[in-house]
Amino acid sequence: MNWLAIAAIYKFEMSRWFRTIGQSVASPVLSTSLYFIVFGAAIGARMGAIDGVAYGAFIIPGLMMLSILNESIGNASFGIYFPKWSGTIFEILSAPVSWGEMLLGYVGAATTKSMLLGALILVTARVFVPYEIAHPFWMLCFLLLTAASFSLFGFLIGIWADSWEKLQTIPMLVITPLTFLGGAFYSIDMLPSPWRELTFFNPVVYLISGFRWSFYGVSDVQIEISLAAILGFLTACILTARWMILSGYRLKR
Amino acid sequence: MAAVMEARACATAEPIVSVRGLTKTYANGFSALKGIDLDIRRGEIFALLGPNGAGKTTLISIICGIVNASSGSVVADGFDNVREFRGARARIGLVPQELHTDAFETVWATCNFSRGLFGFKPNPAHVEQVLKDLSLWDKRNDKIMTLSGGMKRRVLIAKALAHEPSILFLDEPTAGVDVELRHDMWNVVRRLRERGVTIILTTHYIEEAEEMADRVGVILKGEIILVEDKATLMQKLGKRELNLHLCERLESVPEMLADLKLELDAAGTLLIYRFDALSESTGISELLNRLAAQGIGFRDLRTSESTLEEIFVSLVRERA
Repeated sequence: MNWLAIAAIYKFEMSRWFRTIGQSVASPVLSTSLYFIVFGAAIGARMGAIDGVAYGAFIIPGLMMLSILNESIGNASFGIYFPKWSGTIFEILSAPVSWGEMLLGYVGAATTKSMLLGALILVTARVFVPYEIAHPFWMLCFLLLTAASFSLFGFLIGIWADSWEKLQTIPMLVITPLTFLGGAFYSIDMLPSPWRELTFFNPVVYLISGFRWSFYGVSDVQIEISLAAILGFLTACILTARWMILSGYRLKR
Repeated sequence: MAAVMEARACATAEPIVSVRGLTKTYANGFSALKGIDLDIRRGEIFALLGPNGAGKTTLISIICGIVNASSGSVVADGFDNVREFRGARARIGLVPQELHTDAFETVWATCNFSRGLFGFKPNPAHVEQVLKDLSLWDKRNDKIMTLSGGMKRRVLIAKALAHEPSILFLDEPTAGVDVELRHDMWNVVRRLRERGVTIILTTHYIEEAEEMADRVGVILKGEIILVEDKATLMQKLGKRELNLHLCERLESVPEMLADLKLELDAAGTLLIYRFDALSESTGISELLNRLAAQGIGFRDLRTSESTLEEIFVSLVRERA
């Protein structure tokens, strides 16, 4: 195992993040604060509790997921796309680095950033609404698994994309709608049929539901199904990344 | 000096890089390499020559792991570059043709990154020495984006040397750099070779191959058409031209000069004399004396050497 290479990539990616720390931190904190002001305070005050949880607190897990999904994909996809675009990828490809080490370096760093962001949002949320975390261990597990699997997914997008436009397409056209329609701001039960049934084809539903369960002990779908869904997604991403790196798909000519 | 002798002695030993039956066909059907067999000797400086699109960069990229081969094998220092990629790649350093560098990193950070990437523990003393050798020490805390093109080229060399490779690939290292930097680089390459590093460089410049290489390989249209010791090759390439711009037009080369193998251009105002620059007598003074005796005056004279590409293209035409 080339731990030194993993550390080198990880450190490089983290220093990139810290170089733009203001933008990396201020932007999600600001947008989350706006969500809390609009949905939590302004609209939430007129809404009743959902599953016994005040609306302001109810949206915390969903909002965290919204930010973490976007940041994980954005960070990891940029992390691998930029060296591809600038040509510096030659050094990674010519180094004694296996596919697993490459993933640990790039995806590990993106996951760390997302975890830090999650913590930051949690702290920000505290300013606006009181909340409790019923299952802190599982909350961390869900946070880690979600950050890791979507960072991996972002990494795949970064390899797949051959233009800046494509790099933006999936997060903008796919992830944001799926998150908004995944129960970030409402319980799935509140949807009329057939939208409720259709929603269960949205993978993000399982993430938000599981994550919300770790906070308040209530969920739209069974916790085991949420866990299985996220683990399945993680495995699929790892296998795809392995194939992409080993075959050189859009990495090597 | 002893180190040089030792390096030269090593150069005769078993190959440090062995390429067998290497082919590369791109997805669009273009066949970039057509069955390359090549051995690089330990400790030598090998110049790989060829025109643009000949396959030089593809060959180097496959050896270094950046491009997948369609078939064939590469063994670097005893390690197969696919099955035992860790062993092979850890021993290879690559300086690419294009200036692919990070923009926001400092010179110091990027060199240490390269060292770590290749699995080597931090060694500030080594990185410092590399930067000093390349006159980059003063720039160590500068961001790469603030450096000139020549400096970026040095940074790429420093990155490639950060993990102490035993095989160094330099792909067109002096393309587009000024004369001073070119000579600096030659000195760096010589010092590396004295330390026993095997160097493979691709170049367009005959001067560079002449100055640096122990052996020269010529690649054309994806095939190695020639591998020879430099001294042997230089005798073939050492042809020069003397161009005499005449004061008055000639109908044909005068009979008295027929034995000198002169050529007259179509306009009859340019007399071309080809000579072997390496031979003891070039015959130039005799030619000038005989022209004077014939009363043939000239306005200007200049010598030129054929470019390597011209020579190789003519070589290939001869072979065809």
